[in-house]
Amino acid sequence: MSLIRPYGDTTGDGMVQLSFTLPIEHSKVAEGAAVQLANKMGMDPALVVHAKPMGEGFTFFVVYGRVNHLVDPSTVEVVERDYPLLTPKEANASIKRSLRRRLTVVGACIGTDAHTVGIDAILNIKGFAGEKGLEYYREIKVVNLGAQVSVPQLVEAAREEKADAVLVSQVVTQRDAHLLNTREMSAAFREAYPAARRPLLVVGGPRFDETMADELGVDRVFSRGTTPGEVASFIVHRLTGPRTPTQEKAS
Amino acid sequence: MAARRPVSQLGIDRADVRRARTLARQVGKPIVDLATRHTTVSVERATLRLAGLGGADPDGTPWVNRLTDAVRADVGLEHGVSLPAWDALLRGEGDDLLTLAQKAAAGSVTFRVPEGKDATRARTASRKAVGAGIRQIDRQRAAREKMIAKVGDAPSKPWIYLIVATGDIHEDIPQAQAAAREGADVIAVIRSTGQSLLDFVPEGATREGFAGTYATQENFRLMRAALDETSRELGRYVRLTNYASGLCMPEIAALAGLERLDMMLNDSMYGILFRDINPIRTFVDQRFSRQVHARAGIIINTGEDNYLTTADAVEAAHTVTTSQLLNEYFAKEAGLEDWQLGLGHAFEIDPEVPDSFRLELAHAMLARELFPDAPLKWMPPTRHMTGDIFKGYLLDGFFNLVGALTGQGILLVGMMTEAVVTPWISDRDLALQNVRYVMNAAGNLREDFRPAPDGFIAQRAREVLGEAIGLLQEIKDDTDSAGDPPLLAAIADGTFGLMKRPADKGRGLDGVARKARDYYNPATEILEGEK
Repeated sequence: MSLIRPYGDTTGDGMVQLSFTLPIEHSKVAEGAAVQLANKMGMDPALVVHAKPMGEGFTFFVVYGRVNHLVDPSTVEVVERDYPLLTPKEANASIKRSLRRRLTVVGACIGTDAHTVGIDAILNIKGFAGEKGLEYYREIKVVNLGAQVSVPQLVEAAREEKADAVLVSQVVTQRDAHLLNTREMSAAFREAYPAARRPLLVVGGPRFDETMADELGVDRVFSRGTTPGEVASFIVHRLTGPRTPTQEKAS
Repeated sequence: MAARRPVSQLGIDRADVRRARTLARQVGKPIVDLATRHTTVSVERATLRLAGLGGADPDGTPWVNRLTDAVRADVGLEHGVSLPAWDALLRGEGDDLLTLAQKAAAGSVTFRVPEGKDATRARTASRKAVGAGIRQIDRQRAAREKMIAKVGDAPSKPWIYLIVATGDIHEDIPQAQAAAREGADVIAVIRSTGQSLLDFVPEGATREGFAGTYATQENFRLMRAALDETSRELGRYVRLTNYASGLCMPEIAALAGLERLDMMLNDSMYGILFRDINPIRTFVDQRFSRQVHARAGIIINTGEDNYLTTADAVEAAHTVTTSQLLNEYFAKEAGLEDWQLGLGHAFEIDPEVPDSFRLELAHAMLARELFPDAPLKWMPPTRHMTGDIFKGYLLDGFFNLVGALTGQGILLVGMMTEAVVTPWISDRDLALQNVRYVMNAAGNLREDFRPAPDGFIAQRAREVLGEAIGLLQEIKDDTDSAGDPPLLAAIADGTFGLMKRPADKGRGLDGVARKARDYYNPATEILEGEK
């Protein structure tokens, strides 16, 4: 693939638009500062087409200009999600098709962590970032145990509810509590279930590193900014995907 | 009332409006009866807060929780906390409520339900203590009125409503002051995610929250003081909003009254449907909190916009109307007046739907006609804000136009960066420019605009009202095997939103008690104006 540059109205013109605010009163100096910033960002020439005071001591700018950078799409690296993002409708349809029953998710904050914000954002119908929580999915049964659940209680509830997946949220990270709690949890599930019958284990929290799943003994780690749709899609993918070879043309 | 109303622009038959209100009353009344038969831990804690008990133990558990739990452990919740607590004070178990709570937490007080003369004395003493808190609420209401008279009110309607949400009260304050200087008439401090599910109100000034700032008495006080300063500087009273919702709704309402908040989000069913809070808990808490709001001169904002974030805004339009009618009934029953009813609705129709703007206008005009004296709270698009900020800016402009055309009282300013970032300083400024342009350009368009009597808009409005009446009728006829009030049965089988919320499930149910014959609550007695 060939090198490309931005397109305004003529091939190769390199034109971009940019808007930003500088913490400075509007003046000729301020406009000059905006041009300077644009120049440093690689826009040359840069034209301040709009400058307006905003609040006390701030000025908002719109700048048009030409960038000299070239981009090479053949060298772009992307990390692909290893499961497709499903809408709630698609997730429901997939569960119905392959499980032929509702999928049960048990969620909790374990240990002394009283911050249910994470688990609630994923499970409550209210949801997060404009996406509805798992409760919104007709084919998912959600059992939210809330905060300060002990690992034995969680295992017990998972058995009782015949959980297909267990979601654990950990917000508090003092002395690596989130890592210790997660290892304790995954060990307890390994002990309580034969490997093939163990529910899918998913942990999440703002300070988790998504690459640590194996080390923690869980199936997936989700970090800051994860939305309910991503969690639902992952669960559905793992629970309805590989074990149902007939579905390759289903979607 | 009917005599002074102009003829309906939408061709709505007055008999239909009366029918809708009658149905709302028939559906609501059994719920009010249910609410009066129960109390909750949060109602009792709110009562203690009105009597001046604040603060928390070293673990951060508020003293109102410690005292309520101790009383409950000894004699149950069904008599209320007031009689056992003030009886203990009269028996010399503590000099004041704080000492009593501390001793109770340490297990060195045994509570009893006083009888005869002891009960009368406890009743009198508790009424005196709680009365002082209610007088403080009255003083704050008078202070608001005095300040508005002195510095001036928001210059025009709709009031411009802006949000701050940093998580840190000391960051919120300069942001709120800046937003007011930029033109906000109302500042809302978004709560930390999940506070609605905490069964206690955190204490003190807080600097750490999740996508919002904890509602605490101290945070309320700090922000109100800062906005008073800004109000004087700007020559207009800047109103402050927070959330009386979740498990501590009555306590937060009491704190809002004590600290002179001006508006509170307070929906009758939101917590049930979207937070899975037990329905009975919610209705009991809600009635008490609305009685406090009525007394405090606080404007409530209801949450109908939320229905449209889960359901299709065209198909579910009538659920908004239905909820508005129910919210109106519950609010008035609790003593709120029309000017205090910021009934909610939202601009959430998919812009790809043909005639989406006409549909929005029809729905907004219907709300305006049904509730002519309520301020109405108009919520901007969120669902169809995609990150295309340019399209979003246009959509917000159309939202503002409907607002101008339908005389909305409270306009939540739409941000083109909705769903992208929390608003930047430039986003807020651009959003306000959008509002000002539309209000300037189209301000009194309402005078000239009459929908054709049998045109699309009028027909759609009548259709939605008809569907709302149908839904209310359906709710009224709903039943369950437990013989619950029809509205509870309807909520249990998923009539609203998509959520099934049975009356015997949900969070906070263990904090509900059926009142005993000797139940006493001085706050309810004073708020209901009984002797």
